[in-house]
Amino acid sequence: MALVLNEEQQLLKESAEGFFTEKAPVSQLRKLRDDADETGFSTELWTEMSEMGFAGLLIDEDHGGTAFGCVGAGIVAEALGKTLSASPYLASGVVAASVVKAAASEAQKNELLPAIAAGEIIATLAVDEGSRHAPEGTALKAEKSGDAYKLSGMKTFVPEGHVADKIIVLARTGGEAGSTEGLSLFIVDRGASGLIVDRTISVDSRNWAKITFEGVTVGANALLGAEGKSFEALDSALDRARIVVAAELLGIAQHCFNETVEYLKERKQFGVPIGSFQALQHRAAQLFGEIEVTRSAILKALQVADAGGNVAWFASLAKAKASKTAELATNEAIQMHGGIGMTDEFDMGFYIKRARVLQHLYGDFNYHADRFARCSGY
Amino acid sequence: MSDLEAFRTETRAWLEENCPQSMRTPMKGEADFCWGGRKFKFQSEDQKKWLERMATRGWTVPTWPKEYGGGGLSKDEAKILATEMKRIGARPPLVSFGIWMLGPALLKFGTEEQKKEFIPPIVRGEIRWCQGYSEPNAGSDLAALATKAVDHGDHYIINGQKIWTSYADKADWIFCLIRTDATVKHDGISFVLFDMETPGVSTKPIKLISGYSPFCETFFDDAKVLKKNLIGEENKGWTIAKYLLTHERSNIGDMGTPTPLNMLAKDKLGTKDGELPDTMLRHQIAEHEIDAACFLFTLERAKDAAKAGGDQGAFSSLLKGYGTELNKDRHELIVKVNGSDAFEWEGQFSNNGEVARSWLRTKGNSIEGGTTEVQLNIISKRILGLPS
Ligand SMILES: Cc1cc2nc3c(=O)[nH]c(=O)nc-3n(C[C@H](O)[C@H](O)[C@H](O)COP(=O)(O)OP(=O)(O)OC[C@H]3O[C@@H](n4cnc5c(N)ncnc54)[C@H](O)[C@@H]3O)c2cc1C
Repeated sequence: MALVLNEEQQLLKESAEGFFTEKAPVSQLRKLRDDADETGFSTELWTEMSEMGFAGLLIDEDHGGTAFGCVGAGIVAEALGKTLSASPYLASGVVAASVVKAAASEAQKNELLPAIAAGEIIATLAVDEGSRHAPEGTALKAEKSGDAYKLSGMKTFVPEGHVADKIIVLARTGGEAGSTEGLSLFIVDRGASGLIVDRTISVDSRNWAKITFEGVTVGANALLGAEGKSFEALDSALDRARIVVAAELLGIAQHCFNETVEYLKERKQFGVPIGSFQALQHRAAQLFGEIEVTRSAILKALQVADAGGNVAWFASLAKAKASKTAELATNEAIQMHGGIGMTDEFDMGFYIKRARVLQHLYGDFNYHADRFARCSGY
Repeated sequence: MSDLEAFRTETRAWLEENCPQSMRTPMKGEADFCWGGRKFKFQSEDQKKWLERMATRGWTVPTWPKEYGGGGLSKDEAKILATEMKRIGARPPLVSFGIWMLGPALLKFGTEEQKKEFIPPIVRGEIRWCQGYSEPNAGSDLAALATKAVDHGDHYIINGQKIWTSYADKADWIFCLIRTDATVKHDGISFVLFDMETPGVSTKPIKLISGYSPFCETFFDDAKVLKKNLIGEENKGWTIAKYLLTHERSNIGDMGTPTPLNMLAKDKLGTKDGELPDTMLRHQIAEHEIDAACFLFTLERAKDAAKAGGDQGAFSSLLKGYGTELNKDRHELIVKVNGSDAFEWEGQFSNNGEVARSWLRTKGNSIEGGTTEVQLNIISKRILGLPS
């Protein structure tokens, strides 16, 4: 397969970029923050996004999706990375949809996927318990009693967990924390008794939740996949999410870079545009190179993910590189804007904040460089 | 699609039958390259056979037009040929400046007569070319070149000096930039071809830090150059020179698919619980291999974009700059992996200091074909549109 976008994907890219620029520019995120909005995103926007088919890109047509696949999901993520449009796209349309696809039974898929694709429900994944991504570190317990399971423990860093209707939670039905054996996935309704959801306002003006499970009881039909055998499906779903997060980071890096190059042409000091200084030209040119090679790795990873199979190596490559490049791009953007880059009035602050959160989400550079090495056998 | 699949099947069968087993082993270094040319000594009968068989099909240059001896393959077919060669580990049958640099420029700017005369011997590896661009006072500022040409009707008499001319002492012909008008800079340069055996042409090897002498000073003392071997118009050589450089750069940047550092490190240092025991080295290798993989996919993307009709142009500067810096980094890590063994300069054990000499050679990657800084200048100006 050629490592370029095909015509249909090119069209999706153009329509997504047009959509977010018009409907949800970064000023929308600023307003949500300034208004201390409780939801943290515009529900009208999410409805429109769902109507556009963006909530169901990863979902096949039989389940009400638009079946654009991972390449499509990456294209939309990159576009909304450029505008920082806030929505449950990642939590529900990408992560939760991927987990359901990878782990759920046909009946569960029939129930959940059409609702996710239509934006009727917001689903999210609760995986991490500490400040670092470590799915196998899960200690949250699921004890079986008869036909039911009782969940006790806590999860953190759950994207859009404060508004999610359905929470997919990774729990331990066997084995010790640290083991990939004995992990199971359950889907829990927001209103379940014993479920305590604490909204956390994040540095990037988005929201996640800390969720405490105080003996939440669910039926056997809440189990996604076979008991104790969920790690593989989870990791493969997470890999797809990681690549899409990498694509959002790419959008952020690309936007910051574009803004910076424009500023280098406009801003004058010493009577000349600062972009005529070679020290800045070379830094810009180097950043250009980093963004381009990052773009190649992400597109490759998205294509491989669509082809099916094990994408761990590609996902870690994409997430590691995108994290590094986004860090560089946001730092360079602020530095090359001088004092104005430090002001809240200027948008760059929103980008650097969002970038760091996404860099960390589902494994940071070190996590994925280490995993990349292990996948390569060293 | 089925046509391409048929092509793949045929190609696979043909390669299976025609690529000698010894030409399917990894090349250990430049000494294993087949450069061709009048003075070239084949390493083995297999090397010679492999070149002849591939050249007969035009597959030394798969996409060049058939009428000049090329393979006439579409880009899709060429990609299949490349994959099939890679599959069996086939060595390139021929490498040369004629293929990387001169050929593409001739195809674009040469007259029909010139193409008929000069391209087929490149395809067959009969004439080896060198590049006479740089001069002692014209390096990054190449257009400052001063090799003087005086017009004598149907020929020029040239005087001056080139430097860093790779393989000038081994080459048969030179493609050379000369000054045909000294009153202007870029618009006074012409692009000519001539035989290195022309009276008045002499070379003097320069020794590199690697201990080898792959390049020379090249002197012209009243050398006669026929005007029929002027490519393009007089004083319009700069355009051709630049076009050729974009090809040179894409090629320098493309380091192929080198053995991953982790393989070298595992062979040398072993593993503990499946991981390299030196955790800092492991980390450095992972960082490098991540960049290397991203770069490899960028080469793939650039080729696919070019196939889809995009103009590579200044993007070759990115490939050149990024690829060569990466290769330097790679060799620094190879030295670290090998520890003190990397420093043996002579002797059987190290194959005469191969690790050290290769490492030192890579330092030139970011200088030859335009330095890294020059590539960054080109990206800044031509791609980003930053002001002068
Ligand atoms: C291994 C090798 C093989 C070569 N083979 C050939 C060959 O076959 N034919 C041929 O013609 N030439 C060849 N060259 C020459 C090569 O093209 C030149 O060395 C190169 O263009 C740099 O020129 P220079 O050596 O004069 O360095 P200089 O131009 O003097 O550069 C010195 C330093 O100044 C920097 N610099 C210069 N100008 C700028 C600027 N505007 N902005 C920022 N930094 C700048 C450079 O990047 C470099 O770091 C070869 C060189 C090497 C190392």
